[in-house]
Parts: sequence; structure tokens; C-alpha cells
Amino acid sequence: MATPGAESPTRRAARAAATLAIATVLAVALVSWIHDLAQPRIEATQRAQRLAQLTGVLGATRYDNDPLTDTIEVRDAELLGTAAPVLVHRVRLAGKPVAALVNVVAPGGYAAAIQLLVAIDPAGHLIGVRVTGHRETPGLGDAIEERRSAWIHVFDGRALGDPAIERWRVRKDGGDFDQLTGATVTPRAIVGAVRNALVYFERHRDELLSVDAARDGTP
Amino acid sequence: MRMVLSDILRNGLRDQNPGLVQLLGLCPLLAVSTSVANALGLGVATLAVLVTSNAIAALAGPWLPREVRLAVFVLVIAAAVTSVELAMSGWWPGLHDSLGIFLPLIVTNCLVLARAESFASRQPLAHALADGLAMGLGFLLVLLALGAGRELIGHGSLGAGMDLLLGRSDAGSGWRLFPERHGLLLALLPPGAFVLLGLMLAMMNAWSSARRRAGHASGASVAEPAS
Repeated sequence: MATPGAESPTRRAARAAATLAIATVLAVALVSWIHDLAQPRIEATQRAQRLAQLTGVLGATRYDNDPLTDTIEVRDAELLGTAAPVLVHRVRLAGKPVAALVNVVAPGGYAAAIQLLVAIDPAGHLIGVRVTGHRETPGLGDAIEERRSAWIHVFDGRALGDPAIERWRVRKDGGDFDQLTGATVTPRAIVGAVRNALVYFERHRDELLSVDAARDGTP
Repeated sequence: MRMVLSDILRNGLRDQNPGLVQLLGLCPLLAVSTSVANALGLGVATLAVLVTSNAIAALAGPWLPREVRLAVFVLVIAAAVTSVELAMSGWWPGLHDSLGIFLPLIVTNCLVLARAESFASRQPLAHALADGLAMGLGFLLVLLALGAGRELIGHGSLGAGMDLLLGRSDAGSGWRLFPERHGLLLALLPPGAFVLLGLMLAMMNAWSSARRRAGHASGASVAEPAS
């Protein structure tokens, strides 16, 4: 390294700037190389995760299209829980709709909004509900996860008339759905969000299920 | 200042342990140590970043003008962390999700920058590598101890979710001491992490002062942490 006194301040500054510039270029090159290596893997695993989520909530329902690409986006801040566009996956067998999967949001979570995946059959019955993202308290509110408790299955097979719409509440609020031990806020938010999703489905059934939409994932 | 490898190892693991003596990087330490699997994931990621950034700091340190040395080290650390994060989200997506924001936040773990700037940049490559390994292992061990304690008390299990870490579903779900519902929630929340770390610090201090007393009593000189 050159002795500090031998260099003019301008030269020193220029050398420092050049060093920093070279280091930046090298760092960016490294990161983008690794990014290119990892990107196909990341996309594949994300796709596999999404598909596992969809097939998990669909259970025994048979279908032959690709629900990951056969999607539409809808908006309804009041009934879907978010002002942002909501993704709806359409599930079909031999071209006929067998389910719509709606990614709704339950804004009333204890810590933050809860992300839900609601599967509804063409007659308006729930095939199932899964929590896809939440920040509820570990050990209390996280019993809404399917792998932690069976609570989320209280919705299987239910519909808007079963129970009547005014009974779509947790028991504490005079409804038909059990709350969780030690956690009422979380189930209350989810029951409300699922009910709203069913109301939305009933109002927009044709739009959600129609085959002649812009994209069609049937092979 | 001549250092031998055994000194470097002893510093990282015990005398200058980042978690229990230097108290560096407490934010990820306390936030992520809710289970053994999470602790192992973050510990190994931090270890990889530490070794990489120490090695680059040792190689590049002598060539860097003083004015931009810190800036270059921050850049190196950020690039290493980003690479680790990308690799993890490609190959261990489950673990990547459960570590969440704390993975990119390794950049801000002062332990990494401190080792690169205050140690690795003035040492030969072998010493810098050994120091990264020792400090990383010291951090990893504290993380693991906290993670094991909190998981055992809070969930009643040990090593649950290791299948996420290994990316295979046949790796089993760990060992279970008692059913989940009897777990003490406090251990999983941030206060529990502070309580447990406090207990570990107290044990560490009691142990090192007992060693010092024993050293004085026998008249032998106890090796002070080389600095």
C-alpha cells in the first residue's frame, strides 16, 4: 500500500472511489450469478407449494385442469377483506366447473390480517378452508392451522343456509361455530371472512365459474 | 500480537462468545430461537456468512483504502447474505419461510461486521477463516441451546420441523416430551427468550468467576482472553 503522505488528497479520493466502484461491480456480479442459478429452483418450489396448498384444500375433489393458471382477479374491499385484487382459481373436470378457490383476507386477526384459501363448489357449499398466512399467537391462535388442530374443518360442507346467515358467528357471539380455547378473536375473524366469501360467491357465481373468461387452463 | 489457532477457537466458543460474552446479534438470537430447527437454520446461515465475509476481508483488507474499507465490508456482507438467502429459498423453502425477515437481517448483525473489521482484515487468511468458524459456531451453539430450551418448555418437543430444514418429509417430526397443549406459552414469546438468555448468562458468569477463583487459589495463571 502506498504511504499516505505520498498521495495528493484528490488522488486518494479517486482511488477510494474506484475501489468502491470495483467492489460494487464484483458484488452485483456475484449476486446476479447466484440469482440466475437459484431462480428456476425458487419458481419450481413456489409452484409446488401453491399446488400442494390447492390440492390440500380440495381433498378428494377430482379435476383435470391447471388451477394455478386458470385464474381471474376480482375486487371487493368489503366482502373479500382487502382493497387489493383477489386471485380466484377455477377448478374443472372435463370443462365443467367443480370448484372456485378464493384467496380472501380476514382483516380482524389478533396480530395482523389472516390469509385464507376458501374452496367453494358450484352449488355454494364449502369444500374446505385453509389458513395460508397468519401471525396469530403461537400455542393459542395458531390452532387455526390445519397441521395443528382440526378446528378449520368446522367449515367443511357448510353453506350460507347451513347454518342460517345470522348464525355464522362464534358461539360467544350467539353463532354456531366453536371458538378456540383461549382465543376468540382469531376464530371470529375467520368465521366472518368465510361467511363474506360465501356471500360474494353467491352474488358473483357466474363470473367466478364461467368458462368463457379471458384465460382457460383446460389442456 | 501473535495468535494461535487454539486461542482463536477458544475465544469464539467461550472467552469471547458472541452470544454470551460480547452480547452481539441479540435481535436474531432472541427472535428466531423458538425451535431447534429455526435455531439451526439461522445459526448455519450466519456461520456461512461469517466465514465468507471474514475470508474476503482478510484477502482484500490490505488493499482497501481506509476511507472505504467499512463500506466495502458492508457490501461484501450484504452480497454474502443475499446469496445465502437466494440459495435457501431455492433449496430449503420451508426453512426460508420460517426464518422470514431474520434471514436478510443477518446483514445488520453487528457480529459479522465487527469480526470482518476488527479482526479478519488485520490477520492472515487462515486465522480469519478460523475466527469466522469459531465465532459462528459459538453463536450457533448459543442459538441451539436457547432454541432447545424454548422448544422443550413451550412445545414439549425437541427437533420438530427438522423435516423443513432437510427438505424431506420422511425426516420425522422430532422427539416429544409432553403433549403440545401443556406447553408454557411464555417460553415461546419474546419475554421467555430474555428470561432464558438471562439464566444462561448467569450460569456463564458463575462458571467463569469460579474458574478465576480456582486459578487464584492454586496460584496458577488462568489464561485471560487474548485481545
